[in-house]
Amino acid sequence: MKYLTEFRNGEIARSMAREIAQIATRPWKIMEVCGGQTHSIIRNGIDQMLPAGIEMIHGPGCPVCVTPLELIDKALAIAAQPGVIFCSFGDMLRVPGTDADLFQIKGAGGDVRVVYSPLDAVDLAAKNPDKQVVFFGVGFETTAPANAMSVHVAKRRNLMNFSVLVSHVLVPPAIAAIMSSPGNRVQAFLLAGHVCSVMGYWEYPPLAERFKVPLVVTGFEPLDLLDGIRRAVIQLEAGRHEVENAYERVVTFDGNSAAQKLLSEVFEVTDRAWRGIGVIPKSGWRLSEAYRSFDAEERFHITGIHTEESPLCHSGDVLRGAIKPAECPAFGKECTPRHPLGATMVSSEGACAAYYNYGRFISAEDLAGAGSALSGAANG
Amino acid sequence: MGHGGGGKLGNELVEHLFLPAFRNPALENLGDAAVLDLGSGRLAMSTDSFVVQPLFFPGGSIGALAVNGTVNDLAVSGADPRFLSASFILEEGFPLAQLAAVVDAMATAAVTAGVRIVTGDTKVVERGHGDGCYINTAGVGLLRPGIQVGPDRARPGDVVLVSGTMGDHGMAIMSVREGLEFESQIRSDCAALNGMIAEVLDEAGLAIHAMRDPTRGGLASTLNEIASSSNVGVEIDEMSMPVRLEVQSACELLGLDPVYVANEGKAVFFVAPEAARRVLELLRSHPLGREAAQIGKVTAGHPRMLVARTAMGANRVIPTQIGEQLPRIC
Repeated sequence: MKYLTEFRNGEIARSMAREIAQIATRPWKIMEVCGGQTHSIIRNGIDQMLPAGIEMIHGPGCPVCVTPLELIDKALAIAAQPGVIFCSFGDMLRVPGTDADLFQIKGAGGDVRVVYSPLDAVDLAAKNPDKQVVFFGVGFETTAPANAMSVHVAKRRNLMNFSVLVSHVLVPPAIAAIMSSPGNRVQAFLLAGHVCSVMGYWEYPPLAERFKVPLVVTGFEPLDLLDGIRRAVIQLEAGRHEVENAYERVVTFDGNSAAQKLLSEVFEVTDRAWRGIGVIPKSGWRLSEAYRSFDAEERFHITGIHTEESPLCHSGDVLRGAIKPAECPAFGKECTPRHPLGATMVSSEGACAAYYNYGRFISAEDLAGAGSALSGAANG
Repeated sequence: MGHGGGGKLGNELVEHLFLPAFRNPALENLGDAAVLDLGSGRLAMSTDSFVVQPLFFPGGSIGALAVNGTVNDLAVSGADPRFLSASFILEEGFPLAQLAAVVDAMATAAVTAGVRIVTGDTKVVERGHGDGCYINTAGVGLLRPGIQVGPDRARPGDVVLVSGTMGDHGMAIMSVREGLEFESQIRSDCAALNGMIAEVLDEAGLAIHAMRDPTRGGLASTLNEIASSSNVGVEIDEMSMPVRLEVQSACELLGLDPVYVANEGKAVFFVAPEAARRVLELLRSHPLGREAAQIGKVTAGHPRMLVARTAMGANRVIPTQIGEQLPRIC
């Protein structure tokens, strides 16, 4: 198997971190957009390897985290209905709605199933013609082609008992929203490599120009991330603001044109509410007119949803990069992965869960007595 | 470590419901098996229920699992497993041919493990009230004289050994589970460990402080449990943990961490440092321990916490998993 260990070489990583330290003459704040990158940074301790002035700000690119509470409540209401098979990616199951989560709906007798591919949900619809099969289609541009394909296939097979609860969100409008927000601290972005594998990066040069911000297409392995950071710092130090591709083994400028064609057929751009952030204009996709009859929101007409976010939860500030997870007063106290108050503590890609699971709440002193195997860490 | 928020789902049930209700000295140890002093000798007793789906999977079946699971629980407690009971809860309409295949697998596993199934029971529940076939086994074995192993006996300086690759069983099941099927060559490691463990105990019995089979919750849960019970810290080096390439790939694909994935034919040993090398060699000379490795050690620092050193040279805390690992979105 290639590409499993080549990009995790500790020695090369340390030399790249040293190079970044040599290049950087002043502090810079760089946002990694994607939750998968946040997870990898924290899991591998990339942030601990960087020079003190380079701060990674964790972006809103965790699909589970930004799915609005109202939509989760709708999902719960649909999943609880008799005659419904509700299919979802695994990490959606523990996300708290206002009163419950999908696990609890399952425990109470709802037919909730974890699928790995939305096409499996289409097959379920074919096998269960007397049931309504609903797929919870969340995610960024990365998961969109498979979700689009499921609707496309369902239409072709005339499976009218299949529908999708859509909450697709898009990266470019989110970057524009972050750069336009008052008090923004982000000076460069690592673009989400897998989003760009689908979409290419032709959408980004206008953003780099408009906000004078370097944008570096970046992968997910430790060396990918360090290379992305290195290139961002080089641009920042030189006062440049270009779109650069540091993930060439996967991403091309044009992206996957077959996928883009399908996406433009099945989806249309819409305003979308982001949990913790609010409505961002033209920041999401919904099913296009031709596929609207597969929209679960239209089919089930769930009304009377009254949502309530925990007043203790600061996940919106975390998602905007305004605070670090451990700076939230509820972090590790009222809010843990066992009892999450907000979605950023639930999904393994959420910044709060990443910090909690990898022990970033433990002070350096607590770890100091750890013995020889632990020395050499936190040397940034 | 107040931040840890206490035990996790399964542990909480044991601590807050079962233990207070049934409290007695034999139970309180919360080992894989209870140790019962009969005056003339010490007996170990253990029980486990098996609800795995699908019933047959690459490398094993619910039948083999039901025998090996209880045999292993006894073996890691320092006992020589002898007798097993077997109870079946069958769903109405469960095909007789499948039941015969399950029973056949149990008989074969019992012969391989050198145990006898001496009593049993069968109940049938209405269609729709069971998942085809559930099995409970209980087992007893004689504790080896002089052996003192337990989850509370790990001490600073101990070396942590595993008998082979991590995550094989869990990923084998995952690869054939409905909704997640993917093509793979991954086979469950389902095996009886009593033979291998007996060889270790014959050779270095007094140097073995704790043993466990890292089943549900994987290596992470096992090491966290021992760290907790013994009030010590455990450090592992991520790079030294043996993981099959195909298991690692499948984990990457699904967004899972092999340190949390179940094993059914592996043991973890906490060994006095002076005996570690000898035990490792012994394990590697056994067919079930060929890929055994030293993965870490016990420390007095960060008590009740499992810390891993990553390939990047950073540290991460590995907490006990809450419930099951869930495949990620992307």
